[in-house]
Amino acid sequence: MPAGSGATAAPGRGARELGAAAHHLIALRVENRSGVLVRVAGLFSRRGFNIVSLAVAPTDDERFSRISIVVDADSAPLQQVVDQLDKLINVVSIRELSPAEAEQAELLLATVAVAIGSRDAVHLETLAAAAAAEVVDSDGQATTVRLAGTPEALDAFEDALRPYGIVELQRTGRIALPKLGRRGLG
Amino acid sequence: MQLTGAQALIKSLEEQGVEVIFGLPGGAILPVYDPLIDSSIRHVLVRHEQGAGHAAEGYAHVTGRPGVAMVTSGPGATNIVTPIADAYMDSIPLVVVAGQVATASIGTDAFQEVDTTGITAGITKHNWLVTDAADIPDVVAEAFHVATTGRPGPVLVDFPKDVANATMSWRPAAPVSLPGYSPPAEPAPEAIRAAAALIAAAERPVLYVGGGVLKAEAWDGLARLVEVTGAPVVTTLMARGAFPDSDPHHLGMPGMHGSYTAVTAMQRADLLVALGARFDDRVTGKVSAFAPEAKIVHVDIDRAEIGKVRRPDVAVAADCRLAIEALVAALRPLLAERPGGGAAGRLAPWWAQLEEWRRRFPFTYDRDGRGDLGAGRRSGRLLKPQFVIEQLRAATDDETILVSGVGQHQMWAAQHWRFERPRSWVNSGGLGTMGFAVPAALGAKVGRPDATVWAVDGDGCFQMTAQELVTATAERIPVKVAICNNAYLGMVRQWQHMFYEERYSEVYLSPDLPDYVGWAEAMGCVAMRVSEPEEVLPAIEKANDVDDRPVVIDFRTDSMEQVYPMVPAGASNDDIVVHPSQAGSPR
Repeated sequence: MPAGSGATAAPGRGARELGAAAHHLIALRVENRSGVLVRVAGLFSRRGFNIVSLAVAPTDDERFSRISIVVDADSAPLQQVVDQLDKLINVVSIRELSPAEAEQAELLLATVAVAIGSRDAVHLETLAAAAAAEVVDSDGQATTVRLAGTPEALDAFEDALRPYGIVELQRTGRIALPKLGRRGLG
Repeated sequence: MQLTGAQALIKSLEEQGVEVIFGLPGGAILPVYDPLIDSSIRHVLVRHEQGAGHAAEGYAHVTGRPGVAMVTSGPGATNIVTPIADAYMDSIPLVVVAGQVATASIGTDAFQEVDTTGITAGITKHNWLVTDAADIPDVVAEAFHVATTGRPGPVLVDFPKDVANATMSWRPAAPVSLPGYSPPAEPAPEAIRAAAALIAAAERPVLYVGGGVLKAEAWDGLARLVEVTGAPVVTTLMARGAFPDSDPHHLGMPGMHGSYTAVTAMQRADLLVALGARFDDRVTGKVSAFAPEAKIVHVDIDRAEIGKVRRPDVAVAADCRLAIEALVAALRPLLAERPGGGAAGRLAPWWAQLEEWRRRFPFTYDRDGRGDLGAGRRSGRLLKPQFVIEQLRAATDDETILVSGVGQHQMWAAQHWRFERPRSWVNSGGLGTMGFAVPAALGAKVGRPDATVWAVDGDGCFQMTAQELVTATAERIPVKVAICNNAYLGMVRQWQHMFYEERYSEVYLSPDLPDYVGWAEAMGCVAMRVSEPEEVLPAIEKANDVDDRPVVIDFRTDSMEQVYPMVPAGASNDDIVVHPSQAGSPR
């Protein structure tokens, strides 16, 4: 799959633990070529490193894509993950971003079992407004809401939605850029 | 100049200085075989693509230049997967060109289509799928650059048939520009200073020499480092020959079947200087119990190896030759200043201990063994495989190249051969590929036609790739093969003997099936069978006199022989099991 395809993966359980200390965020700048994502993902599987979430998309420079990976640091020493990734020819630069030095964001879409016009719909709209989420779709059976924000805000919102009955939920995985004043990634 | 993609590929290989390709044609690679007829490049037609890969590896082992193999798509590509994995584990520069179905057919399950780049992604340094004939010069240049620089390794160029048939305007390759690839070269001065300080202060140092010393051509620097420090040296399975076995500083090979002295010296060392070595599990044994008192200086060109297994006290991510030279330069003044007569004086207690171990625990075997029935035994005396290897070494010169397969015979060869020259030992270390020896020997002989090339092989190994002796005969590549025929998958048998209560499961092969002499003769070789110790040397001498065709000697060796010493898998190196004749000797 081309790295620029925008593919994402965010397993629900792992995503719930994004704030945990054992998770590290690694930001890769890679050549925008076919097969790059396979090489990165293959390296993780080959070396027994666990991916919590993965987000890939082209950057402003069409020659490169950015891959943001949240790594389960208990599965391997972080330095070893970085050193092995560095050996991939298509990986141009690597930066480990700790939560303190990164501006992080993630997107969530959730469909909950709340019918349009129902009493729950009012509560849901109040909840969404308070979380700065948007109701983007609804019908006689369900409502879909969208929230962009920090992983922690998404965790909290997901918990708040649960009593309404989550029908489907998709998160994109974390993306991040270094906080200003701490830049260094090429 | 307008060229076809196939012509451009061959021309690009010529411009890389390729002198020989090991390969076997087929549908998808057919266009490339046409311009090959007009090329200066020699093609060696193997009988199985695995043979092409191992032959290219053997060539690379002995010349230091990249080996080149060419195969067709589908089964051609999958058949060479094992050699690619082997080269990846042992850091052998290997360039594989694989035919591929036409780009429009990729993904359609076309005839002889496999996802070659996908299959080989995890076992190559990098691979390329060429989709535009105009890219060929650059891709070939990049492939050779990646294969041969930094930590060497295999690369693969996947070459679709329509790209081979397309027309392109020839231009030489542009200078290689890979923004994501910059292997280290010069060592950091502060790392060298710190490493030199540890070496100068050490009382029980060991220089732990790995295959990286050979890859970096650092053997002269290593000799100077030993001279300056007076420190003992161990050479791993991949580094045999990097330092002469005849030098008294050499303690031999460490690891699961290493010498007692080499293994124990590392266990008791206060400093290990790892030079192009990767703390492989066969060397460390149980990692948590490995060299518990040792500080670690780790020199490696691959940063990912440093700290992968054991955290070093000083990390030197650099080319081994440059790092060793810098260490020598830093150590000379440091050691000259030291009172007490320099390193030899300071290390005297350590050397006294090492000499004691060396005297008590040399490699040994039962030279007059009688014991149980041996395969093909006609008299009461059994032919010991170690004796065959000793006789072989006695009858050959230091320039002889020894190639081995994988198993007991490999360990006996590594133990009992006296290596004096770099690049005189070719074997499959990391992957442990049975069947490596015959094709690798063929490739070694092509690379070094002046040298005598002997393969020591097992009967199990020989049966996996022996058909490449047809290649050797047809191409006039006079390699010599000594089969240690013990009628068993010997190393597996040894583990069943030691760890499975002698319950021998599926390891018996028979000494007579196949008839190795008849088989070798059918492949155009001179063939002999030897069962008695006194016949060994005359047979070897006769083999050494043959220089126009391959020779195979079927040595009927003792089936019951075990490799000693042995550190059981997963055990601490402190629990090394020595030869029964040495057991009970207080350590």
